[in-house]
Amino acid sequence: MSVLDSKVPKGPLKTKWTDYKNHIDLVNPANKRNIDVIVVGTGLAGGSAAATLAELGYNVKTFCYQDSPRRAHSIAAQGGINAAKNYQGDGDSTYRLFYDTIKGGDYRSREANVYRLAEVSANIIDQCVAQGVPFARDYGGLLDNRSFGGVLVSRTFYAKGQTGQQLLLGAYSAMNRQIARGKITPFNRHEMLDVVKVDGKARGIIARNLVTGEIERHSAHAVVIASGGYGNVYFLSTNAMGSNATAAWKIHKKGAFFANPCYTQIHPTCIPRSGDYQSKLTLMSESLRNDGRIWVPKNIEDVKAIREGKKKPTDLSEDERDYYLERRYPAFGNLVPRDVASRAAKERCDAGYGVNATGEAVYLDFASAIERYGKEQAKIHNIQNPSKQKVYDLGKAIVEAKYGNLFQMYEKIVDQDPYKTPMMIYPAVHYTMGGVWVDYNLMTTVDGLYCIGEANFSDHGANRLGASALMQGLADGYFVLPYTIGDYLSHEIRTGKIPTNTPEFDAAEKEVKDKIDFFVNNNGKHSVDYYHKKLGNIMWEKCGMSRNAEGLKEAMAEIKALREDFYKNVSVPGNANELNAELEKAGRVADFLELGELFAKDALVREESCGGHFREESVELDGEQKGEAKRNDKEFAFVSAWEYKGEPGEAVLHKEELEFNEIELKQRSYK
Amino acid sequence: MNLTLKIWRQKDAQSKGKMVDYKVTEISEHMSFLEMMDVLNEQLINSGEEPVAFDHDCREGICGMCSMFINGEAHGPDRGVTTCQLHMRMFKDGDTITIEPFRAKAFPVLKDLVVDRGAFDRIQHAGGYISVNTSGNTQDANAIPISKHAADEAMDAATCIGCGACVASCKNSSAMLFVGAKVSQYALLPQGQVEAVDRVKNMVAQMDLEGFGNCTNTGACEVECPKGISLENIARMNREFLAANIKG
Repeated sequence: MSVLDSKVPKGPLKTKWTDYKNHIDLVNPANKRNIDVIVVGTGLAGGSAAATLAELGYNVKTFCYQDSPRRAHSIAAQGGINAAKNYQGDGDSTYRLFYDTIKGGDYRSREANVYRLAEVSANIIDQCVAQGVPFARDYGGLLDNRSFGGVLVSRTFYAKGQTGQQLLLGAYSAMNRQIARGKITPFNRHEMLDVVKVDGKARGIIARNLVTGEIERHSAHAVVIASGGYGNVYFLSTNAMGSNATAAWKIHKKGAFFANPCYTQIHPTCIPRSGDYQSKLTLMSESLRNDGRIWVPKNIEDVKAIREGKKKPTDLSEDERDYYLERRYPAFGNLVPRDVASRAAKERCDAGYGVNATGEAVYLDFASAIERYGKEQAKIHNIQNPSKQKVYDLGKAIVEAKYGNLFQMYEKIVDQDPYKTPMMIYPAVHYTMGGVWVDYNLMTTVDGLYCIGEANFSDHGANRLGASALMQGLADGYFVLPYTIGDYLSHEIRTGKIPTNTPEFDAAEKEVKDKIDFFVNNNGKHSVDYYHKKLGNIMWEKCGMSRNAEGLKEAMAEIKALREDFYKNVSVPGNANELNAELEKAGRVADFLELGELFAKDALVREESCGGHFREESVELDGEQKGEAKRNDKEFAFVSAWEYKGEPGEAVLHKEELEFNEIELKQRSYK
Repeated sequence: MNLTLKIWRQKDAQSKGKMVDYKVTEISEHMSFLEMMDVLNEQLINSGEEPVAFDHDCREGICGMCSMFINGEAHGPDRGVTTCQLHMRMFKDGDTITIEPFRAKAFPVLKDLVVDRGAFDRIQHAGGYISVNTSGNTQDANAIPISKHAADEAMDAATCIGCGACVASCKNSSAMLFVGAKVSQYALLPQGQVEAVDRVKNMVAQMDLEGFGNCTNTGACEVECPKGISLENIARMNREFLAANIKG
């Protein structure tokens, strides 16, 4: 039998969560005052969890590497948050959101977790409105919705193109209320560098004060990791520069299994890279695909002419354009899920149809949306026979109201006006579905150690649907963890304060200090970025949008060799006892250099194509689906959970078999 | 292009700082300003010198972490952008660029271009929230209709990223635009009106305690704000503050 116990409660899917909540042990308010909880990361998941736990009465310490919790990278999410409110009356329901999420994830997530997520989703919107989150509204004063990729209903709530920002500021405001009460102690500009286990239970962390360099010990009765995803293993991604996997990787090395590392989301609509100096990639919200049409020229001559500057995209007539998503997937068109859209763009660019100098860009065109909205507005305002310019002006105003900040951002970066010429886009690494393995309670394989938000693996299977990351982060933090952690902490009421002057803390602190001393004294010849870029290149070339066995084996060997070189030749200027950005990066890249190898190993083992994981060896050979990804449910309907054994390449695989009782497994078809 | 950079170097909060000259070459016009700084730092590391410390994170203009004062302007010469979205096409070959930290009594320098903006957080602790429990047991989100106009105005105020450019640009180092934006967001929504009186009083009191100056209506903050937060927010805060003091 597997060592993994998902602890999914018995009973019908629809009542599992309610029954569970009715039967867990509770902690009485007086005892909560004697219990400490550490939350690492203050994004949507960590911020909402910290606020709620503090509100319940626990003593919470939060840690973030930024100068304020408000800067966590959840802030950059643009498009929106899903919730099964069915305000539009278009047939949405908890079941449908659950179904879409399982299907969108290509049947590689846990039914019970996803159902619970869909169940609590509607509450998130209620909560956020009560907190003063200024969601978009219609003229009747009610909340507005938009639709997103991979679904057929409008269930996405949004605040212009800054939904993540507004939701995070909501969670931050809830934190502020608890900070003012003294129930949360925030440790900003602090980085967790290890977890401390006592008698098999997580009992605290070792953290570095990033301003003074001081190494600190913090104890607690439970530790919650909410440190986000590991997309920066690719060096170039849409993640923030500081986004890192260190907290998640350190707990993996202390016994938390790491699940499905190969499931990475490569987002279809990002601004293409422009040169070697590029430090990060910028996402253009998927919501743009609601109104934008994606195309490349039909004829290769036009591609050449455009690249040489002899033709402009607007010179091409409709029948000289290949709207390849609409052609290949008539049912969903430009709104296919992210993995499908990304691979289709790669397919066209690999075939030579990329429209910029690097050959890695396709068009996202708003001309027909501007015209459509313009005509609609002319009708609303009763303008007879409007001129072309009038239609354009009216339509542009609508597009501007919907996506103005995104268009402005594009113009600042690319120096082209997307109202007049189509945007250029290309896929980029955006989100990681894989992460620390957790059970139904969101607890890792270490007692008292929890993992929430993007950092865990649980809800998105092999591909995440748009506007579901914000939903999961807040669901975990506001509505799930506060119950499940209570069940665990109810057994801790007699424990008392955890001392930090114990051998376990001594040992963990020594390990952290030794590593730091090693870096600052290693007189190497290459900067940390030199290694990070090399790692990113291996990951993108061999573990990117399409993967094969040979490439993955090479990737494992190359990453291992790069890691060895890193420890010999990395150069970290400055000292340990000061603000030292290079030292921070060195620690993070050291962890990425291990995670990358496990990533490739996981991708190698999974000999099927599912969601964001596309194995060239596993495609449909004939029929309507020819050339599309081929899943293999018979052999691979499981979660890969890896146990650390000293070297990433030697990790041991544990399988959690996925059972589907409510949903019939089907080939995903967006045709 | 080739550039001369004059950069503020300061070892830590206690040390004295000074301007130091650096040269960078072959800078592409498509680079962002921070990518140009990356080039400089890579150069410094390879020659065994200490890189310049500067705050940055998302590099897409939303986290509010980056904070440079470039050629005498917060976030540099472009309008409506943070430093990470400022591109080198705004400069010319041979330019000399002066780069300093945001300067204000309430924002002490920690190192080089990095400042401590904890004062902003403490103002938010004083009242930047609605006292509603996060249990989810609130009323349905559509129970109180909010006019589109009010919701949009609240959203405009809420887009503040808390970068501190307003403070750095103000000759009085006033934080009125920042505080005004938060007060306005809540004042414009029915959910925020319940605690309006205490909120504005407490936030203004904390703002004064942190050592921010007063507003003398020069409007520099609005010009330099990367998110276009309007001066109307300061006026609204003043109205709220006056009303709060009359109501008691």
